[in-house]
Amino acid sequence: MMRRRDLFSPRELRVLASLHGGGPGFYALMGVLVGVALWGLIAYGVQLRYGLGVTGLRDNVMWGVYITNFVFFIGVSHVGALMSAILRLTGAEWRRPITRMAEAITFASLLMGGLMPLVDMGRPDRLLNLVLHGRLQSPILWDILSITTYLTGSTLFLYVPMIPDIALLRDRFAAGPAWRRRLYTALALGWRGTEVQRRHLEAAMGILAVLIIPIAVSVHTVVSWIMAMTLRAGWNSTIFGPYFVSGALFSGAAAVVTAMAAFRWAYRLEEYITEDHFRRMGYLVIALGLIYAYFTFNEYWVPAFKMASHERGYLAAVLSGPFARLFWFTQVGGLLLPVLLLTLPRASLVPRLARVPLLQPRPALAAAAASGVLAIAAYAPPSPVAATLDAGVLRAVAAGTLAVASLWVLVALLPLCRARPIATATVASVLVNVGAWWKRYVIIVPTLQSPFLPIQRAPQGWGVYTPTWVEWSITFGAVAGFLLIYIVFSKLFPIVSLWETRETEQGGEVAHALAR
Amino acid sequence: MRLTRRSFLTSLAAVAAALSGSRAVAPLARWRRGVKGAVPALVARPEGVHSLAHLEAVPAGGGVALAFAAKPPRAEPAAASGRRWVMVIDLARCDGCRECTRACQAMHFLPGGQEWIRVYEMRDHELGAPYWLPRPCMQCDNPPCVKVCPVSATWKREDGIVMQDTSRCIGCRFCMAACPYQARSFNWVDPEVPGMPDEPYAMEWNRVHRRGTTEKCIFCPALLAEGRLPACAAACPMGAIYFGDQGEDAVTNSQGETVRLSELVAANAGYRLLEELGTEPRVYYLPPRRPLYPPPPPATEPASAGEARR
Ligand code: SF4
Ligand code: SF4
Repeated sequence: MMRRRDLFSPRELRVLASLHGGGPGFYALMGVLVGVALWGLIAYGVQLRYGLGVTGLRDNVMWGVYITNFVFFIGVSHVGALMSAILRLTGAEWRRPITRMAEAITFASLLMGGLMPLVDMGRPDRLLNLVLHGRLQSPILWDILSITTYLTGSTLFLYVPMIPDIALLRDRFAAGPAWRRRLYTALALGWRGTEVQRRHLEAAMGILAVLIIPIAVSVHTVVSWIMAMTLRAGWNSTIFGPYFVSGALFSGAAAVVTAMAAFRWAYRLEEYITEDHFRRMGYLVIALGLIYAYFTFNEYWVPAFKMASHERGYLAAVLSGPFARLFWFTQVGGLLLPVLLLTLPRASLVPRLARVPLLQPRPALAAAAASGVLAIAAYAPPSPVAATLDAGVLRAVAAGTLAVASLWVLVALLPLCRARPIATATVASVLVNVGAWWKRYVIIVPTLQSPFLPIQRAPQGWGVYTPTWVEWSITFGAVAGFLLIYIVFSKLFPIVSLWETRETEQGGEVAHALAR
Repeated sequence: MRLTRRSFLTSLAAVAAALSGSRAVAPLARWRRGVKGAVPALVARPEGVHSLAHLEAVPAGGGVALAFAAKPPRAEPAAASGRRWVMVIDLARCDGCRECTRACQAMHFLPGGQEWIRVYEMRDHELGAPYWLPRPCMQCDNPPCVKVCPVSATWKREDGIVMQDTSRCIGCRFCMAACPYQARSFNWVDPEVPGMPDEPYAMEWNRVHRRGTTEKCIFCPALLAEGRLPACAAACPMGAIYFGDQGEDAVTNSQGETVRLSELVAANAGYRLLEELGTEPRVYYLPPRRPLYPPPPPATEPASAGEARR
């Protein structure tokens, strides 16, 4: 039986339309993503053929980009199910249009995150040993157990609330392509929207929402224990569990914001995902960012105060040595700036800023350019200024000028940010995720480069880690794979829950009205 | 009863359930038995994975509880019980010639880049004298590497040796991350060693290497079984490496000097590397006091610098 069109509101029709094909842009994007993913597969083939020697990993730094990806993807996976569970349990109504896209992030990034240790294995052909000879006392086994539990749990958590919508699709595509019909018929589990079915669905959703929270927390805790269970400087920490969980929540919440913006734009969901959603999610990102900042501060300040001998090398490398630029980028670009971008534009004095002459775009940009030139001049060795001044003073002056200029530009941009809150939130959340990836890298690599015994007699190129094209290809392939899974999901199932958003609209009107 | 497909499947399921039930109960029973007397530990046994058991036969040497030992994955001929192998390295005698490293590499046909006993140039602090520090695997009694291995590819034997089975290792490199002594090496590429014997893998000789697995010093148990010193100890021209049995309280070096372990260590203020980490190493060092041979050049960085030097 075909649905009568007028059963759906215009915005629902738009969501349903997103399930059908796509424009040339869509196919171009899919083509690029498939290409990148295939390239990653080829790179993995090379690694399988020639061994892990094709990576930059060596005896001293034996973990690198793959483990970074692992921690990153598992982190991103975090918020989907966890946030959605908390919002469901607390009855936050505004959650309804975004829970599904959040939960689907969990699903897609868990799949990619779970692949990464496999890619990192020296002997993937012996994977079965983990089952045949698995030792429960190894944190790797804990990881396997908790990640598979989380994958099962979060898949159910994504699927169960989707059943009424799938039943709707089953009826709607009754005359559609056979594969769709079969898929929806199988997945709808005979949903008719009866009173009993509704009760069971709600009970299942409630139970899952409660169960998923401790599982999600456990997942990132044991991921952090892969590092924290060793004695190494920088990893030997008791707060790694909560530190990683908070970092995961922060990056995951930012990923949800990015996804909201992308789907809102691509599927024209402006009526579902409003500015209000970005504001509320922004608050969440700010709060989680502050918690993460607190743990990060603890994690570096406590050892830096004590400067224990075996931690010195590591701290110096991170705070002022070869990793300093990356580290401070993750702190300023990946934490401070996004939080500022989400908070400052809301200040009531921002509209007045636009009237200050010095904060007009032109003087601000001129100031930034001038300070950039100054910084370059100061760093370039043969400059006449450099000859007259002490290099240290010069560098301090250049850095100071640069900082002031960037602050200036930031303040000058605030009115613009206020006018375009969604774009601002998106920029902030992308920054958070780029910063999050590099932060994982800065947690893993410097520690391995600063072992207890000095790195000596390492063959040429073994002392310092530089990722190779194979590692980057696989990394980008994994990101492409994540996006592919996510996009395909959004083409198979409505990315916004139709029955849950309708429920609020019509005061208790529910799915079976749609699906019967 | 006629055997239909359905009844066949039902009985199959019943048998499977019964089997898994007994498998779930057996470790618990073992655990209960193990609680009294011996040190309980979570171990993987050859007959059952994920099992809880206790270490009946392991003597707690030096008051150290082997709470994290894993059982050997298969029967080993020479895991001679009653032995507790120890090594003593006299830093005052070491002149940094690296004969030990070369002997080890020759004995085990080590692929390029691997040094199972590595001679470090050390200097503990600004005023400290530079000295040479040969570092084998410490065969820790509280081994961080064994604790983290997910498949029992590395485990603690009763004679104190931390064994390594490259036919089981999955190459996760967690043990390398966990070892504080950098004592483990990985085969990043297909090992190509001239003269590598074309023999089946024998764990105690460890002369055949394969890509994607982790390896390390194992105190040459194959030589011990023949009553010989490990390759490095036998090769040291200075007699700096003593080796022996803690139970006998005697250690011997390449010069044929046999001395009391306890007296040697006590009289020379012997110490163990990174003692503060609690890994309980089975290798003792005698401090480089009044070295007999020239030390490394004094430009050596302090021990914590962690800089690459080639
Ligand atoms: S020195 Fe390292 S490899 Fe050897 S037993 Fe100790 S932790 Fe394991
Ligand atoms: S690399 Fe091999 S020996 Fe080391 S922890 Fe992994 S499986 Fe065990």
